[in-house]
Amino acid sequence: MFKYFPHTKADIEKMLKSLNINSIDELFNELPASVIYNSDYDIPSFMSESELRNYFDGLNNQNKEMTLFSGLGAYDHYQPAIIDALTSRQEFMTSYTPYQPEISQGTLQYIFEYQSMIQTLTGMDISNASMYDGATSTAEACFMAASISRKRNKILLSRTINPNTIKVIETYLKFKGLEWDFIDSKNGITDLGDMKNKLDDDIAGVVVQNPNFFGLIEKYEGFSESIKENKSLFIMNADISTLGVLKTPFEHGADIACGECQSLGMPVAYGGPFLGYLATNKKYVRKMPGRICGYTHDLEGKRAFVLTLQAREQHIRRSKANSNICSNQSLMALFVTIYLSTMGKEGLKKVNELSYQGSHYLYDKLIETGKFSDPFKQSFLKEFTLETSLSHDLIQEALLEHNIFGGYSLKSFGDQYENLINFAVTEKRTKAEIDRLVEILEGLS
Amino acid sequence: MIQYNKMIFELSKKDRVGYSLPESAFNHYSLSELGNDYLRVEEPNLPEVSELDVLRHFTNISNKNFGIENGFYPLGSCTMKYNPKINEEIAGLRGFRRLHPLQPVSTVQGALKVYYELQRILSEISGLYEFTLNSYAGAHGELVGLMIIKQYHESRQDFKRNKIIIPDSAHGTNPASVVVCGMEVIEIASNKRGRVSLQSLKEAVEGRDDIAGMMLTNPNTLGIFEDDICEITKVIHEAGGKMYYDGANLNALLGKVRPGDMGFDVMHINLHKTFSTPHGGGGPGSGPVGVTEELEKFLPNPRIKKMDNHYFIEENGDAIGRISSFYGNYLVALRAYVYLLTLGKENLKLVGPYATLNANYIKNALKTAYQLPIDGNCMHEVVFNGLINKDNDIKTLDIAKRLLDYGMHAPTVYFPLLFPQAIMIEPTETESLQTLDEFINIMHKIAIEAKEDPDKLKDAPTKTPIRRTDEVFAAKEMIFSYKDYLAYREERDQ
Amino acid sequence: MSKILEGLYYSEDHEWVKVLEDNIVLVGITDFAQAELGDVVFVDLPEEGDEIVQGEEFGAVESVKAASDLVAPVSGEVIEINEDLVGEPEKVNEEPYEAWFIKVKLSDPKELDSLLNNKAYKEEISE
Repeated sequence: MFKYFPHTKADIEKMLKSLNINSIDELFNELPASVIYNSDYDIPSFMSESELRNYFDGLNNQNKEMTLFSGLGAYDHYQPAIIDALTSRQEFMTSYTPYQPEISQGTLQYIFEYQSMIQTLTGMDISNASMYDGATSTAEACFMAASISRKRNKILLSRTINPNTIKVIETYLKFKGLEWDFIDSKNGITDLGDMKNKLDDDIAGVVVQNPNFFGLIEKYEGFSESIKENKSLFIMNADISTLGVLKTPFEHGADIACGECQSLGMPVAYGGPFLGYLATNKKYVRKMPGRICGYTHDLEGKRAFVLTLQAREQHIRRSKANSNICSNQSLMALFVTIYLSTMGKEGLKKVNELSYQGSHYLYDKLIETGKFSDPFKQSFLKEFTLETSLSHDLIQEALLEHNIFGGYSLKSFGDQYENLINFAVTEKRTKAEIDRLVEILEGLS
Repeated sequence: MIQYNKMIFELSKKDRVGYSLPESAFNHYSLSELGNDYLRVEEPNLPEVSELDVLRHFTNISNKNFGIENGFYPLGSCTMKYNPKINEEIAGLRGFRRLHPLQPVSTVQGALKVYYELQRILSEISGLYEFTLNSYAGAHGELVGLMIIKQYHESRQDFKRNKIIIPDSAHGTNPASVVVCGMEVIEIASNKRGRVSLQSLKEAVEGRDDIAGMMLTNPNTLGIFEDDICEITKVIHEAGGKMYYDGANLNALLGKVRPGDMGFDVMHINLHKTFSTPHGGGGPGSGPVGVTEELEKFLPNPRIKKMDNHYFIEENGDAIGRISSFYGNYLVALRAYVYLLTLGKENLKLVGPYATLNANYIKNALKTAYQLPIDGNCMHEVVFNGLINKDNDIKTLDIAKRLLDYGMHAPTVYFPLLFPQAIMIEPTETESLQTLDEFINIMHKIAIEAKEDPDKLKDAPTKTPIRRTDEVFAAKEMIFSYKDYLAYREERDQ
Repeated sequence: MSKILEGLYYSEDHEWVKVLEDNIVLVGITDFAQAELGDVVFVDLPEEGDEIVQGEEFGAVESVKAASDLVAPVSGEVIEINEDLVGEPEKVNEEPYEAWFIKVKLSDPKELDSLLNNKAYKEEISE
């Protein structure tokens, strides 16, 4: 007997009898003998619960929890305790996609509230119910632009987008048969002139990231005007947490806003599960991928929420669907909703204020050491990039010794970033931690 | 509190707070230095509520949900098995949750070991050479698998292969994934036995040099085994194509059949179905992709590998590219690994047989009242085509809604598309005989109600938090946010 | 029983074609098609000036549970679209033969001969 299999021997006998057979194997009689697997799997034997705990405690100890001064798409923000308490409720965690609205109002309502929060943070008209991560949501935004423009098949990507995001977009575009080109950067910022030169009748969409790969905040002056004039779509990937204070994609004139939501209540969790968001203008709603929840009422007039506009989706539209996305990251949308409910507009503002203050303090201290310089001299919020002649390996080693992760050498993203090192400071980093980091780096030569 | 009907925004009161943040240590810096070029003008409309407000709100709305721990969840194709608590406990360990994805490999050896060992176990169970865990969900896995197939053909300078064969019984994600991957679908009809028609398949590939491959789930979406599978893979391979296995129904095969042994070259596994990770109301899932040795080099970057007890991360130039920001849904993979170690080789092999026994038991017990379109043994799930007695115009939807009144989740309805009144029931191996008998009794009771008191079905559900919804209103009014809702109300009240 | 009007042309894709004057026609979907779809919530129409080609898609009609491509029964230039359907897609359900989708200037009037008459269409849908 095994705890996840409730059948007793007597149960099985009773069931076999009702089926008029002698063994479960008989149910597989119609399978060709050549495909039947007769051996035992060569995998470990079962473990009891206490053995499992010991085993994973051992693995847990081979991981090092570090003080994080690194971001680049995964940020060490504060997570209110109630997030875990609520998201682990089985009613949320174990249910399926809400196809039966009568018994799924919990899921549907938080999705609606999530969409509302993404709407107000981005300033766009509508949000969908979530995508896998920031990179794939940006790739899907490119598909959307190509689909809306009908005959155009090329996307312009700013060089200041995180190279990992660029790689994901490239993979998606390559296989779909779309083309792309890059907009150069100038002083760490997307170059308007270069974009204008590259805008032509083939361009379906232009993608930028704000704050960008280097942590710099871009202004996008003149961008939306040129892009609209060219009848292309302006796609803005933005770290959603920063939109609590920064100019919204809507205010920048974007047609599609997309990006990562990890910074809103999710642990860094070795890269996942995270959550991508995607928001746009209402006129493009039928070109939007993924699920959408809408407000309605039941036949007694009670407030109700349902999945709607499902005819866009794969389970109805099959090969004509906007996207193949099915399961998304629903439970992570609940993380976001609870986080934003708890923080509220003041809390989110304060998170950004504290991150801003801490990162600027670190920035000034590092410049003071004389070992770091700023190649860009632009505004930033919680993340910034400096140049140093110190050996990056030496830096990493020294910090590792003190259990600190970051600054992160951008060299691993490509040789063009040699000498560049990136720091992120969230509201969780204390003055003592920052001073310690500076002290260690100051001592290197 | 099932009548609770507030939105979080409606609890908001100015200046109320639910957060706790440290005092600033660096007051001489201020965000306002950024100025209006960079800062948003209008404040976002986020709620201002207390911590207890948040707890009560989400607890109250959670009570309107039905989870696996509430009751039987026979949702076909979704494998709603028990989601073990120990998985959650382990996934909550700080040493896994608090790792930054870019940390040096020397500081994440435990995390990488989980990844690597899970890849090995999945390979062994599926009979394929190597896996990636980077794909986030089943549909994402399909896309990645198709990219691998396309890349394989192109690596051989064979650029014309862009057709993927898909049976008409396939999951909707299959054809959608093909199109996202820039290829085209050739749909073939099922035969009278509910299986792929070998003849149609042969005709479809006859004389063609552009077949990239075929996607198939086995057992198929009718819950029956494609017994011609060896001939099917042979036809496709001879036509120069690769076989893709949609792992949605893998649960049926555990302990019995390995996809690799049937001739499949690429597959995905839904960890949130077969390996017990929670569905989360629609994700996060995880859709690892496995391939044969020949296709291994095309797996997406980054790859997790091992050498002399040291785990490391590698990028490969032949790969299809990158398909995720980092390494997929890591904590979901960790849960699946816990599950696999909990079962071990001794118990894992019983999953398919028990799931199959349960489905056949239900099939046998219900076929006197519900129309069974395909006779013979089923695998882990069974598909009926509505009631046998079609009087009173009772539809599958009515049956599904009536089940909710009896405290059970509805089966999958109106899929597969082959039968107009399809009801797809998947009991899974974690359900007891008592639960199955209870379900069977209720289904018979509903069949009798359909004859004697049809309004009970047509009005159903009546005991749920809400009743049937107005979907036309939702689609026409398009109220997708609280902002839309306020605008709608204002318009209505004028 | 689905309503079928005399004097219209029909396609196997359940569209009707009504000849207004020489070479100018209206195109809509049949009563049978609207009933199959259920409550129509959205109609995706081409733009004026677009060329449509017989047998190829020119738009889509969407209900709560389904979406169906509109397949051009004839070829020609779209000279007008029925803007009313954008705001009131339910008209497709209420009066399928009044709720035309597009007005087309035929490029090849002989194509009308390839369509069904009311009797042939009646047989088509009773199969």
